[in-house]
Amino acid sequence: MSAPTQTAAASPLVTVAEEKVAAATQLQLTWWRFRKHRLAVASGILVILFYIGAIFADFLAVTEPHATEAARSYIPPQAIHFFDEDGSFKPHVYALKGRRDMRTFKLIYAPDPADKRYLRLFADGYSYNLLGIFETNRHLIGLDRGKAEDALFLLGTDQLGRDVWSRLMLATRTSLFIGLIGVGLSLFLGVLLGGISGLYGGVVDTVIQRVIEILRSIPTIPLWMGLAAALPNTWSVTQVYIAITVIISLIGWTELARVVRGRFLALREEDFITAAELAGASRLRIIFRHMVPSFLSHIIAAVSLALPAMIISETTLSFLGLGLRPPAISWGVLLQDAQNIQALGIAPWLLVVAVPVIIVILAFNFLGDGLRDAADPYG
Amino acid sequence: MVTYILQRLGLALLTILAISVVSFVIIQLPPGDFVDTYITNLAASGSAVRAEEAAALRIQYGLDQPIWVQYWKWLSRVATGDFGMSMEWGRPVLEVIGDRLWLTIVISIAAILVTWGIALPIGIYSAVRQYSIPDYVFTLIGFVGLAVPNFLLALIIMYFGFKLFDLNIGGLFSAEYQLAPWSWGKIWDLTKHLPLPAVILALAGTAQLIRIMRANLLDELRRPYVTTARARGLPEWRVIMKYPVRAALNPFASTIGYLLPFVVSGSIVVSLVLSLPTVGPLLLRSLIAQDMFLAGTIVLLLGVLTVIGTFISDLILMWIDPRIRAGMHG
Amino acid sequence: MGEPILSVRDLETFFRPDEGIVRAVDGASFDLYPGRTLGIVGESGCGKSVTARSILRIVDHPGKVERGEALLRRGDGRIVDLVAIDAKSAEMRDIRGGEIGYVFQEPMSSLSSFHTIGNQVVEAIRLHRAVSAKEARDRAIELLQLVGIPRPEQRVDSYSFELSGGLRQRVMIALALAAEPRILIADEPTTALDVTTQAQILELIRKIQADRNLAVILITHDMGVIAEMADSVSVMYLGKVVESGPVDTIFHAPRHPYTQALLRSIPSVLAEPRSRLTTIAGSIPHPYARPPGCPFHPRCQNFMPGTCDRSAPPVTRLDPEHEVRCFLYEAPAEAVA
Ligand SMILES: Nc1ncnc2c1ncn2[C@@H]1O[C@H](COP(=O)(O)OP(=O)(O)O)[C@@H](O)[C@H]1O
Ligand code: SF4
Ligand SMILES: [Mg+2]
Repeated sequence: MSAPTQTAAASPLVTVAEEKVAAATQLQLTWWRFRKHRLAVASGILVILFYIGAIFADFLAVTEPHATEAARSYIPPQAIHFFDEDGSFKPHVYALKGRRDMRTFKLIYAPDPADKRYLRLFADGYSYNLLGIFETNRHLIGLDRGKAEDALFLLGTDQLGRDVWSRLMLATRTSLFIGLIGVGLSLFLGVLLGGISGLYGGVVDTVIQRVIEILRSIPTIPLWMGLAAALPNTWSVTQVYIAITVIISLIGWTELARVVRGRFLALREEDFITAAELAGASRLRIIFRHMVPSFLSHIIAAVSLALPAMIISETTLSFLGLGLRPPAISWGVLLQDAQNIQALGIAPWLLVVAVPVIIVILAFNFLGDGLRDAADPYG
Repeated sequence: MVTYILQRLGLALLTILAISVVSFVIIQLPPGDFVDTYITNLAASGSAVRAEEAAALRIQYGLDQPIWVQYWKWLSRVATGDFGMSMEWGRPVLEVIGDRLWLTIVISIAAILVTWGIALPIGIYSAVRQYSIPDYVFTLIGFVGLAVPNFLLALIIMYFGFKLFDLNIGGLFSAEYQLAPWSWGKIWDLTKHLPLPAVILALAGTAQLIRIMRANLLDELRRPYVTTARARGLPEWRVIMKYPVRAALNPFASTIGYLLPFVVSGSIVVSLVLSLPTVGPLLLRSLIAQDMFLAGTIVLLLGVLTVIGTFISDLILMWIDPRIRAGMHG
Repeated sequence: MGEPILSVRDLETFFRPDEGIVRAVDGASFDLYPGRTLGIVGESGCGKSVTARSILRIVDHPGKVERGEALLRRGDGRIVDLVAIDAKSAEMRDIRGGEIGYVFQEPMSSLSSFHTIGNQVVEAIRLHRAVSAKEARDRAIELLQLVGIPRPEQRVDSYSFELSGGLRQRVMIALALAAEPRILIADEPTTALDVTTQAQILELIRKIQADRNLAVILITHDMGVIAEMADSVSVMYLGKVVESGPVDTIFHAPRHPYTQALLRSIPSVLAEPRSRLTTIAGSIPHPYARPPGCPFHPRCQNFMPGTCDRSAPPVTRLDPEHEVRCFLYEAPAEAVA
């Protein structure tokens, strides 16, 4: 248009300090633009809260997530009563009292209004390792007397009598971090291959592009299923965890590579690369010192869009019984319990796992969208 | 244009080759070779296999030779339509798969049609009325569709269908047609059962397509030929529908390349939840039972059909674009 | 000359994007007569195209015709104000193409690549004339023949990208003439073409004008084209008509410093008819930063501090057909020879 665009003439000698300023201002500009997207900012905060919650999953849990008790099978979520009879604010639940059904002779648990248990903060419970540093048995909430297992099932129990709330906390941790690690791996592959593709061009670029095109035209789920099913039954939870992450990221890197390559192609023409090349910097140095910082904002945006896809992949695989397996706890593993309609008919609260899944994926998408807009307002 | 077709064809063949390698790897992955599995299976059913019989089987399948020879032998047999035997069912793999493959294709195509059917009008509306309230609402709904994994959506819909209407949603046929041979009645029955799984599968891809259509159309709406059409006295809606929408349709329709693998993938999982007689449940079962020829064949066929579908749609797209038809590109 | 067929008075069209306001057309006035050609000339960005689009009410989105009138004498003798009627109304659509044909600057992108040229010409005909598809096609072929397209029976089924730039511009003219309008607006019809083709297209417009007694508005930034084609001239600068008059007066007795600068930028009007206007001192200001007072004052050689930057100069009528908007001519006593 008619506005005169100021193109700074490239000086052949770009100092390191200047580079830093250029990279910082690019990130800063992105940040300023990002702050204007209210929904994206709110989503970002939500995502951070979820991750903090995931780190303190054991602290938020109330009962041992693996502890089974056949007699407590399918207890509905316990109602919290916030006020006492006298109207004072004293949150409490009714303890569960076992009673034998005289026809079936099964033990049935039911809330007993005569036995009130008051909630308290920082209560004692099962012991766990906080942040992998020290042992503790503090939990955010618990009961004033007796064990949490007697009364406190905020989201009910599953068939084996395990507390759904506590399991959900741990599942959130597993699923969120498997996404993070998977994206880390994909990012590594994506930056490496996308970078090589964009920087060298020519035959290498063509080959990598064809590989990406081929990978993208194959339906992923059958492939994952085939690979995941081959994991030996004897493998430990950790081994399976790592293997599943690798399988998911083996296919997930293509989109990141595409973004990286696009940025490289755009940047290749820009002056400061030529300037650095003239100054005698090696190619590898150029990649990591000059180019990576300058499109960090694009990568951050692409990553936050790739993360939910990773999470969905893990959840889907585990849901099918081919991903993480019990005793591992993840969203997919929990949803597996909700798989058949009979179970859902008896215990609809098992479906509550869907809520955090949807919220987190939605938040990541809003966040990624806002970041992408901010990184590239004209793209 | 011929170069373009040859290019696409070459890539399709390359992809099929890659898929065949992956399928072969999947077949090979479980510990031990399949003769071991065969022996174990037979032993479980009470009959023993003699050592020389096992050795003969190994030679027949080239199991004593290097892996790439085994791959080549397998590929040659596959090329003649011999996909091997299913261990679990004791019948040729193709027979076990039967109609399930075609039903998978039918569902996938139906899902793509529904995706387009939803995304096209909404995309047009959102572009023409950019930043209007419905634009925001549709964008939001699209995002929700994107965020709910489709097996979860299937689960939720099934739960509410059961809870509120006492409906047992699921399956593709009514009871009386389940085992019946194909007839017009059965096809009609299928048509009636198709919309629900198709919509569930469609929702996941819709958001992306709305975005693509909206962005393309916003681009096209700014072009001079739109003003030219207005200056001729054409009513506004005809201006939009005839010119920019037509132009935006091409990149929109070409999304099939990414949509098809996506939908085929989704159909596997959704079929499990809704117990649809597609290859999905069969694949899962064969993987769990380590019925590897069956599993590998399903992966192979799904991949190959997806590639062929994408290739055909490429050709059709080319044909409906006058610029390519006239030999402008490639 | 009789009555004008189109009379534009004090037309104002503004764009209001988020960043500010662009007074693209800021009080433009002119008259157009049947059988004659009005040239509108000015540097790029002066508001020529927006003026033309305002008349047809097809200004792009943040733009709006704010004030003024554009009185059109319709075929049946009625006079309608194009500014006052609804841009979406059936009457306005009837006028677009039906009364006023429009030829655009970019023949490359002004035609759809997904429809044959015949399809688009037939559409233009049938929108305004009740004829059968067959008749319309025959007429489309005749039209293509008329605008000088070889083998029109075959070209009618080809796509715009299969034609050269010159042929495309001929198709654009055929499209504009499809419903036999009485006014033709040609917005830089030759800017994108090479010199030989330019001359052919101008010749074509002149011939059709003579045949049909068309009134033509010819928009250009090229004084050479004006010299060849126009009967009268309106010189525009930043949305205002700064000088207007018969072509001879403008070329031989230009009064406004901007007109004089435009003419000076051509080394010799006769020797080098199509050179670009690149030699005026300074450049056209940014649309958001319109100078106060006379908008031309930062670039004007006759700039009078204290006067020209204080208020906008009024229109002075030098003779019945010659008007100028400049403080130099405000008081008749001070008029420069
Ligand atoms: N769609 C638009 N949005 C904002 N400003 C516009 C738009 N179209 C034109 N303008 C502005 O209006 C002014 C006049 O443009 P135009 O009439 O196209 O000039 P020209 O004399 O070259 O034909 C310019 O300053 C331009 O920036
Ligand atoms: S009014 Fe003043 S500044 Fe404007 S053109 Fe006339 S002399 Fe120049
Ligand atoms: Mg213009």
